[in-house]
Amino acid sequence: MDLSALTEAVRPMWVVWLVILFGGIVFWAFRPKNKKRFEKNGEIPFADDE
Amino acid sequence: MSEATATVGAVPTPVAYDEDIVKKLFIATVFWGVIGFVAGLYIALQLAFPVLNLGLEWTTFGRLRPVHTSGVVFAFGGNALIATSLYVVQRTCRATLFGGRALAGFVFWGYQAVIVLAALGYVLGITQGKEYAEPEWYVDILLTVVWVAYLVVFAGTLFKRKEPHIYVANWFFLAFILTVAMLHVVNALAVPVSLTGAKSYVVWAGVQDALTQWWYGHNAVGFFLTAGFLGIMYYFIPKQANRPIYSYRLSIVHFWSLIFLYIWAGPHHLHYTALPDWAQTLGMVFSVVLWMPSWGGMVNGIMTLSGAWDKLRTDPVLRFLITSMAFYGMSTFEGPAMSIKAVNSLSHYTDWTIGHVHSGALGWVAFVSFGALYNLAPKLWKRERLYSMRLVTYHFWTATIGIVLYITSMWISGIMQGLMWRAYDSLGFLQYSFIETVEAMHPYYVIRSLGGVLFVVGSLIMVYNLWKTARGEIRSEDVYEEAPGTAPAGAGS
Repeated sequence: MDLSALTEAVRPMWVVWLVILFGGIVFWAFRPKNKKRFEKNGEIPFADDE
Repeated sequence: MSEATATVGAVPTPVAYDEDIVKKLFIATVFWGVIGFVAGLYIALQLAFPVLNLGLEWTTFGRLRPVHTSGVVFAFGGNALIATSLYVVQRTCRATLFGGRALAGFVFWGYQAVIVLAALGYVLGITQGKEYAEPEWYVDILLTVVWVAYLVVFAGTLFKRKEPHIYVANWFFLAFILTVAMLHVVNALAVPVSLTGAKSYVVWAGVQDALTQWWYGHNAVGFFLTAGFLGIMYYFIPKQANRPIYSYRLSIVHFWSLIFLYIWAGPHHLHYTALPDWAQTLGMVFSVVLWMPSWGGMVNGIMTLSGAWDKLRTDPVLRFLITSMAFYGMSTFEGPAMSIKAVNSLSHYTDWTIGHVHSGALGWVAFVSFGALYNLAPKLWKRERLYSMRLVTYHFWTATIGIVLYITSMWISGIMQGLMWRAYDSLGFLQYSFIETVEAMHPYYVIRSLGGVLFVVGSLIMVYNLWKTARGEIRSEDVYEEAPGTAPAGAGS
């Protein structure tokens, strides 16, 4: 299967791929393992010189 | 905060932020803001009292309206976005601007030139005839060059950041810059009639042109007036409240859901037109789904104050920022409702739309900008605090009452207008002539103008307050109570 055939096979299902991608982002954001890291990132505005 | 100071303290040379450019953009924001608000008030008065068209072609409503819309959206809003984004990206990356003073200066003067050239064109009758994209080809090309320079400054600063993580406000700013570039270039593709003349013809035609136009128009709302100003929200609400955002994880989901959904909502501007029905329904569905990320963002902004609600009483600057989130929630609830075809058949082409736009533009976009300006002024001019917190309160209430008058009068006027258009008598004839609807709307046009007067007066209070702040003066006045229980008597609660 060449690349253009693959593209044509995958394209009609774009909604599914985007939903899976978005689901992955939600999983990544709310994964308990990442909680501490993201909370620390929320403190960035207070890290400047003032 | 103290930890960061400690680590910075270990390095003897702190970052030298370029604040000169932010100051220039700050002044431009205030300057164009007042001009744009006054232009809006004037055209509102023209609708109530047509004699104000003055019988001159240059001062007719049709030519002054784009001066108002471009003035508030691109001149006031645009300068506010460039100012805050260049401030925030430096602070949150702990890096000075990429490209140095020359490139930033080019962005500033280039953008002001675009504004002046566009406004002159409108008044002289030079227009592409595309709503919110009226400037002709020569201004479009200049804007493209300036915008790419802006992207280079912003993205270049991100690349040289010392902070490993890119703070979420910068994601919103970057999405705003990139998407506006794409929208502008595609929608403004045109063939000039000659290289020495202003006239050009857009390459799109018919329903393709209409869809391209509203793909541009609605995403100007989504990425210019929403994503960009959410960038302001995600930095300035935490800064002003001195607390981190309620949920950083929610902000990630907020960002990506907004990005995934917004780009599809444009067709709701073309309900019941030549646009294929499936495309209209697609636009409607995506508009309704957008309700979720919008309210996710509103919750995130407002709940930042969870456990510190008393700050709303003691800090009028924070009150501007939090009220802007309330208006954001309100207008992003109203918008999806109006995109539903059945509702749209009543609301479309009526003043209801104008009221909806202004609850978003005045209540959300302008208020979050005012909050950011009040937060920035003492920092940029190295002053201890604002000249007067009482004047911020007066500005807040004057503007809020103005907005309420504006949107309630437009709700009544718009729904009445829509109902009158669709009213039939017993024989099946239209019950009202067009001029009867115009007559019925006159009192509401006067009330709307009154709202506009209050909003302009509020902005002038702000100009006075910021001017005095920049001069380093502090007004002697009762201070707001710091915290309940510890407040001195007679602080005016």
